[in-house]
Amino acid sequence: MTPQEQNEIRTRQKSRAKVMAILLGAFCVLMFAITIVKIKAGMVP
Amino acid sequence: MTAADTPLTLPAEWRDFLALTKPRVMSLVVFTGLCGMIAAPGSVDPVIGFTAILCIALGAGAAGALNQWYEADIDAVMKRTQKRPLPAGRMEKPAALQFGVGLSAFSVILMGLAVNLIAAAILAVSILFYVLVYTVWLKRRTPQNIVIGGAAGAFPPLIGWAAATGELALLPILLFVIVFLWTPPHFWALALFMRTDYASAGVPMLPVVAGERVTRHQIGLYTIPMAVAAVAPWPLGLTGAVYGASAVVLTAVFGALAAHVAFRTTLPDDLMTPEKRLFRFSLFYLALIFAAVVADRWMA
Repeated sequence: MTPQEQNEIRTRQKSRAKVMAILLGAFCVLMFAITIVKIKAGMVP
Repeated sequence: MTAADTPLTLPAEWRDFLALTKPRVMSLVVFTGLCGMIAAPGSVDPVIGFTAILCIALGAGAAGALNQWYEADIDAVMKRTQKRPLPAGRMEKPAALQFGVGLSAFSVILMGLAVNLIAAAILAVSILFYVLVYTVWLKRRTPQNIVIGGAAGAFPPLIGWAAATGELALLPILLFVIVFLWTPPHFWALALFMRTDYASAGVPMLPVVAGERVTRHQIGLYTIPMAVAAVAPWPLGLTGAVYGASAVVLTAVFGALAAHVAFRTTLPDDLMTPEKRLFRFSLFYLALIFAAVVADRWMA
């Protein structure tokens, strides 16, 4: 594998990891908001 | 073979995973699902409503990804689909399968936990219907593929309504029927001017199997029940005059364009302008019909 190819793979992995981190962060926020709504509605004991 | 001879497969970019979800199709699905939710009686918490629409979008994206995984061979021969991640060689097939299955499960589970079980069940049925019934079973076997397969795209308003109310009613079922009956004229208009593409891929679309004349007549025939279903919510008292007037005018235009396509014959070097016009208008038509349902609910 050439250094250029290694660089390209690293760049793509980094970019995918960043998007995954953003999505996971957004999912945590969403789950928090859903939990608050359910507690307010009295649906969580 | 040495390591140097082995072709290097780069990991797919996140943009390729996004392309796998067919974002343009997803936008119409989200729109009809949102309209189904807004048209439902009562109110839904914004967070739960957002989650429901997110699940509909993710479910549609997952179904699109599984469709592209199964149809990579067809997509590679059709000009319209050659640049998709799998036929273009930007992604490996197992990655698309894992992404599609994972996203399907995630969307249904999240819908079940956060919204309600009825909406989750309909979402699961819609994904399975699109992937198993349309993509795997019908598409390569029968020219009726999009007639029955059209049901897959008709589920979102039902899901939206079920997400808001936890039950089903006549209006969302009629919205389902409208999308179901709208699908054949919409796709056959596309198939008329993309005929060579479908023929080279071996997909038995109606113009390829039965010819243009039959397809044109079928477009005209399917437009009739679609028009009845589109106007029906008004006389049935499910919507008011705002929807009724909009549906009558829009359906009249759709009917005129469909009739033009149904009764004409293709000329040598035909640019297929009426077919392209019907295809484009049909997209506006569906969006405006659903927008009219929402407008009617707001003005009532």
